[in-house]
Amino acid sequence: MDFFVNLVIAAISSGTPLLFAVLGGILSERSGVVFLGAEGTMLIGAVVSCLAFVHTGSLTLAIAAAVGAAGAFGLAHAFLSVTLRANQIVCGLALTLFGTGLSAYLGKPVAGQALAVSMPRVKLPWLEPIPFVGPILANLDILVWLSFSLVIALYLYMYKTSWGLHLRAVGDNPATSDAMGLSVDRIRYVHVIAGSMLMGLAGAYLILVYSPNWMEGMTSGRGWIAIALIILAGWNPLYALGGAYLFGGLDALGFRLQLMEIGIPSYFLKMLPYIVTILVLMAAGWRGRNKPSIEPKALGVPYVREQRF
Amino acid sequence: MGRMAVQMLQIVKRFGQVAANDNVDFSVKQGEIHALLGENGAGKSTVMSLLSGMYRADGGDILIHGEAARIRSPRDAMQLGIGMVHQNFRLVPTLTALENIILGEKSRPWRGKAWKQDKAQEIEAICGKFGLSFPIHAPVWQLSVGEQQRVEIVKTLYRGADIILLDEPTSVLTPGEAELLFETLRELKQSGKTMIITTHKLKEVMAVSDRISVMRKGRMIATMDRSVTNTRELAELMVGRQLPEASETAPGCPGNIVLEATGMKVLADHGYPALDGVSFAVKKGEIVGVAGVAGNGQKELAEAIAGLRNWEEGAMTFLGERMEAASIRRRIDKGISLIPEDRMKSGLAGSLDLVDNLMLKSYGSAERFKLGFVRKNRNERWAQGLVDQFDVRTPGLNAPVRGLSGGNQQKLLLAREIDRKPGLMVAVHPTQGLDVGATESVHNMLIGLRDSSAGILLISEDLDEVMKLSDRVLVLYGGKIVGELGKWDIDKERIGRLMAGLGETKEAAG
Repeated sequence: MDFFVNLVIAAISSGTPLLFAVLGGILSERSGVVFLGAEGTMLIGAVVSCLAFVHTGSLTLAIAAAVGAAGAFGLAHAFLSVTLRANQIVCGLALTLFGTGLSAYLGKPVAGQALAVSMPRVKLPWLEPIPFVGPILANLDILVWLSFSLVIALYLYMYKTSWGLHLRAVGDNPATSDAMGLSVDRIRYVHVIAGSMLMGLAGAYLILVYSPNWMEGMTSGRGWIAIALIILAGWNPLYALGGAYLFGGLDALGFRLQLMEIGIPSYFLKMLPYIVTILVLMAAGWRGRNKPSIEPKALGVPYVREQRF
Repeated sequence: MGRMAVQMLQIVKRFGQVAANDNVDFSVKQGEIHALLGENGAGKSTVMSLLSGMYRADGGDILIHGEAARIRSPRDAMQLGIGMVHQNFRLVPTLTALENIILGEKSRPWRGKAWKQDKAQEIEAICGKFGLSFPIHAPVWQLSVGEQQRVEIVKTLYRGADIILLDEPTSVLTPGEAELLFETLRELKQSGKTMIITTHKLKEVMAVSDRISVMRKGRMIATMDRSVTNTRELAELMVGRQLPEASETAPGCPGNIVLEATGMKVLADHGYPALDGVSFAVKKGEIVGVAGVAGNGQKELAEAIAGLRNWEEGAMTFLGERMEAASIRRRIDKGISLIPEDRMKSGLAGSLDLVDNLMLKSYGSAERFKLGFVRKNRNERWAQGLVDQFDVRTPGLNAPVRGLSGGNQQKLLLAREIDRKPGLMVAVHPTQGLDVGATESVHNMLIGLRDSSAGILLISEDLDEVMKLSDRVLVLYGGKIVGELGKWDIDKERIGRLMAGLGETKEAAG
């Protein structure tokens, strides 16, 4: 019993950064902009957060710095892909390469230095007696609760508000949205920047909670996994929760199995989440092969009003 | 003399070197239905796009209700009370009709149930007033084309438009649906709305409009009252020369069966059957027309025969060989040729030159290649021969085909296909977007091919074309063949009823 409770807690802590990143990616992609800069943006978020904490000792500032730096990345991506109409794939890859390099450089002075940080937890002692879920829910940190509320808030935002309607329309058919008097460029800017800020938050969680110790490339591919999970979640924030915790759970499980010394080489256990991601994506693709795609129709296509076809 | 709703003075709009609108003067009276007539590329759509704010003029003035207006974006147009119903509907397919209509509305960010009900009632009131009906809570991709158009119209009304622009509104409708649309337009006129419609169908112009303006090559040629003109005069104004009397097409003389399809079942993109239990045959030396409203399985029929789409059930025999599972290459080699719906998408490679495009289906053949190398001089002589024979107007054999006009692209495509001496040609909308001259050439090429004893399956939304060329007509509705008519009992009204799924008899149509 304790094993499973601990496993779920570990899964949540490993899945939360992914969840933030997936939610951010959904925002950006729903507006029709592919954001492959996730990996680089998370790294920048993490390193900036780390530096801010080392220098000021303030958690709030550390998180704010991560969000701000990532927002700047989003602004760059929006400027290149929306205003200059550059190829979104190339811009995103460039941002990831840039973010990886820059974070390694910035992180040199603090590399390997353990951060004495503890994220405040929301204590809910009256939940404790409930079997299984009680001990899990009673002891989560505030960022996890923030991620839960973000899932619900974004769902309501996308499907129950006028802004959400605008967002979905711009990602599916910018020409129509333009003809209806919406500003395609503004909507894309806002959501790309908001999306990258969430990716920065993902980086901050990684360094402040999950593994408080800066290492070069410490995201180890989580940005890419997040991009796969966006597709798996069908661009829906509610499903993002499941995808993120699936990966988080496997990550935690692999680690635990390693401790139990069951004789499987640790490399295979570390591979587990990535392999399962590939398998799940394959299964989802196979199941949906004859169905209309739920991908935003204009994803990856810059919008030009006076384009002649 | 009513007030003017729209006045355009000396409007100029250029795309690169081409003047799409060359000092155009155009005015529309308050409360009239004004038809804007012209061939493709005459500049009608540009006028509409300027009024709706999709393009900005390079010169000239626009006055709306007598006041100078600067229409710089669709939003400006909307504030001036101008609404546009585009030819390719501007709807978001995954959203519901209701969501599409209220899209762009800025008030009340939170949208609960009560709010949605209010809006639904408001929209239903508009629908009721003008006799427009469609399911407002269904996603738009599930709606028929006619229903989608009604959503578009209601959308403009909901946003308070009193000048409504309709770009080629009947091109996607059955004759019956078109009549319904005209009813709606007359209703709208009664309530004081001003409408501008573009079309190239002269009969419709005469049926519905009060005044008519004709454009040609970016210039405004004439504006007149409907009562003082006739279709023949309009056609000559459009084309700019005298037209020969319409000629009857000589019938073909059908021989043996070349293609036989039985019990054909094919799925559409969305996974539901697009064709179910379709059986037919095409003989040598005949043109079989397939009539139907877009989206009733025509596209899937053409693709399944050409091998671009899988057969779920059924059998296809072509020149004695079972082919429903054959590869595309095998079908091409055996003599099945396809003129695709979108020539630039799946017919030609835009940035390649004429020679390369003519060779696209002959790669690897000894005629064109030697030891894997292109036989350049020989191929150019051959290409020049085809270009001359089929009268393709081009700046040169090495020009990229993207720069050719639509008509010349289509002639090039037909030249390539006909040169391969196909046993069966599947031609999908072969004259879509072509002007009168090019349409005539394409028709003659098809008839020539028929007389050289190939079978032709002609799929077209243009009923007049189907009726003119076909020796037999099949009518597709809801993925089934609902009627077959011989050359001598092809009757527009009857085909129209079948296309609308109303069955054979007048009573059933009641």
